[in-house]
Amino acid sequence: MSDKKPCDQNVYRLTRRKALKGLAMGVGALALPASNASASVWESFFQQHFRELSKEQLQRVLARMEKEYSSSYGQPVTVKATPPIEGVKFGYGLDLSRCIGCRRCVYGCVSENNQSRDPQVQWIRVVRLNKEKGVDLDYAEHYYNPAQVPEPGHFYMPVQCQQCEKAPCTKVCPVQATWTENDGIVVVDYNWCIGCRYCMAACPYGARHFNWKKATVPKEELNPNTHYLGNRPRPVGVVEKCTFCIQRTREQPGRYPACAEACPVGARKFGNLLDPNSEIRYLIENKRVFILKEDLNTQPKFFYFYAT
Amino acid sequence: MKNIWSFFKGTLVLVGKGSKAYYTWVFGLLVLMSIGMLAYVYQMNHGLGVTAMRDQVSWGFYISNFTFLVGVAAAAVLLVIPAYVYHWKPIKEIAVLGELLAVSAICMCLLFVTADLGRPDRFWHLIPFAGILNFPSSLLAWDVVVLNLYLVLNLVIAVYILYNLYYKREPNKSFITPLLLLSIPAAISIHTVTAFLYSGLGARPFWNASILAPRFLASAFCSGPAFMILLFLLIRKYTKFRIKDEAIHKVAELIAYAMFVNLLLFGAELFKEYYTATKHLAPMKYLLQGLHGHSALVPWIWTALLFNVTAFLIFLIPETRKNKVSLVLGCILIFIGVYIEKGMGLVLPGFIPDVLHEIYEYAPTGTELMVSMGIWATGLFIFTLLLRVAIPILNGDFHVAEDGVGSHIGDQQFFIPQQAVSESEEEAAGGAKDPVH
Repeated sequence: MSDKKPCDQNVYRLTRRKALKGLAMGVGALALPASNASASVWESFFQQHFRELSKEQLQRVLARMEKEYSSSYGQPVTVKATPPIEGVKFGYGLDLSRCIGCRRCVYGCVSENNQSRDPQVQWIRVVRLNKEKGVDLDYAEHYYNPAQVPEPGHFYMPVQCQQCEKAPCTKVCPVQATWTENDGIVVVDYNWCIGCRYCMAACPYGARHFNWKKATVPKEELNPNTHYLGNRPRPVGVVEKCTFCIQRTREQPGRYPACAEACPVGARKFGNLLDPNSEIRYLIENKRVFILKEDLNTQPKFFYFYAT
Repeated sequence: MKNIWSFFKGTLVLVGKGSKAYYTWVFGLLVLMSIGMLAYVYQMNHGLGVTAMRDQVSWGFYISNFTFLVGVAAAAVLLVIPAYVYHWKPIKEIAVLGELLAVSAICMCLLFVTADLGRPDRFWHLIPFAGILNFPSSLLAWDVVVLNLYLVLNLVIAVYILYNLYYKREPNKSFITPLLLLSIPAAISIHTVTAFLYSGLGARPFWNASILAPRFLASAFCSGPAFMILLFLLIRKYTKFRIKDEAIHKVAELIAYAMFVNLLLFGAELFKEYYTATKHLAPMKYLLQGLHGHSALVPWIWTALLFNVTAFLIFLIPETRKNKVSLVLGCILIFIGVYIEKGMGLVLPGFIPDVLHEIYEYAPTGTELMVSMGIWATGLFIFTLLLRVAIPILNGDFHVAEDGVGSHIGDQQFFIPQQAVSESEEEAAGGAKDPVH
């Protein structure tokens, strides 16, 4: 599918699994009540892993989801499965000297990516740090709430999924429900995740979030432009995370991630790491750059830097 | 085939027979199981948000119980090794009971993991070929494999031995010996793999210690046998089954050694963290002293340490080891001590402070406690029924009838309320369920 090489190793399993699935489908069909609504429940129950869906199966799945979301949110919702662009590996830069801690990125992300409003799910966590202590999370304040930012003596550090090259979260998933795509984005198949939360224990950045309750997004606030691996409405009991706005950045022409767009001070930079002329490459090569928790060798594609 | 069916039919008849005390116990468990089931249905309907777990502390009471019970299950091996490998007679009689305990404990483990899943309806994703088991990359996949293997192994061994005793036959040695030998590394592997599940995570310095697997094994060899001794004493008192003092004292002695290793390893961990005093000290500090005014675990862990040290001394000194009162006390102390240390005392500091150094203090909700109670009741229910069959067979009170078809049931009572139940033993069975909340 979108990630050709890792897919190949599953090919031999496919036939056996298909046979079993067919059998299960058959048994399932016997028990199937006649109405359409429950038919789609069964279809989603027996749905295969995203990377093992054939083109036709994927189309059917996307159509089923579009129908389901459109009816429950009362507006046409599209669900894409745009594959990675050849020759692209996304990277992110965050300028700590510019960030003012306003959290506009947090809320820009929430509305773009259809995160639950109640309970609140946020993919970006901005912490307030102490200028005297530097980047020391021991002094991080998570729930700072001043009348005005920035505040003297403080600086701010937004943390979100670092899209690690050697992602500990994908390594530990017992069912391969999360993996790294060829453009470097770590994604989750919300229809395959069993909700064991082992990936949350493995992530050193607190980037993974669980749907502890049924997500609520007001109908009028739903972003109807969605991606299967990104911002489509998530079911209860599964893990979700930042996808570098996969529904925006994989399009051609693409758009910047919502957080980068929302930032009022231009602290957020995004681009193609494989393009030597990209802004992100310039920053990495010319600015003072660091990555979070370097000693863990997760090799993030999220770079913090000081432009001034 | 016909033999198997009539054996099975016989056991069904047997578990339905028993004294008033037996019926009261079984129905009591069924009531607790129903309460647990209702709580679980409530959790299913509302999502895991009804627990106190959140993104910061994403595993809690369920996984703590799971971890502890894997240890109890692994400890069955302690009884199997001397019984079958060294042919030590007094323990041989009771090794089957150890295996049945392992079966019950693994059932509880599987239930606890299921209760913790956000999408239990997708459990089939874990089944190889039907779903995708991420083997060998994920340690959780390893755990699924070894736990199920261990469950099947113990079930096969125990049932095979009992089945043959029922038909008054000698078990086929060339069939059962390899299985028994295999169960020894299997027992060690379930606990090692469970420890690796934690220690393989670089994100969690509290768990990311190579000493964790040996610590797990050492504490398992305390809690499992402690439970077994309590059980032996109860069985000896209230059923017709006789267990020699010798066997109990031997197990108690082994507990003393295991507890010594357990305390030594914990001490080594303490030294390393406190002496180097890097940033990674924070979770240990949270556990033992409290961190930035948050100290929910502190009284618990000191209680556990006090219990463990006291129990170690009790089991170390032959006089107290052999005295029944201090023996029972020591077992209860160990069970509670290890339950705290290896349950919440191990899981929570992995998450507190969290990876971005936020402190979210966790304490299980009523739903979590009720579901957990239901699972413990289920485990005890399974164990009771297994013992209801196993003990009469081992006693020679349940075997094939003269005609070779029906079954002879010599023990209609099972629980014989000959003496009043002593307070301490009651507590051992009931009170140790959930000391941490």
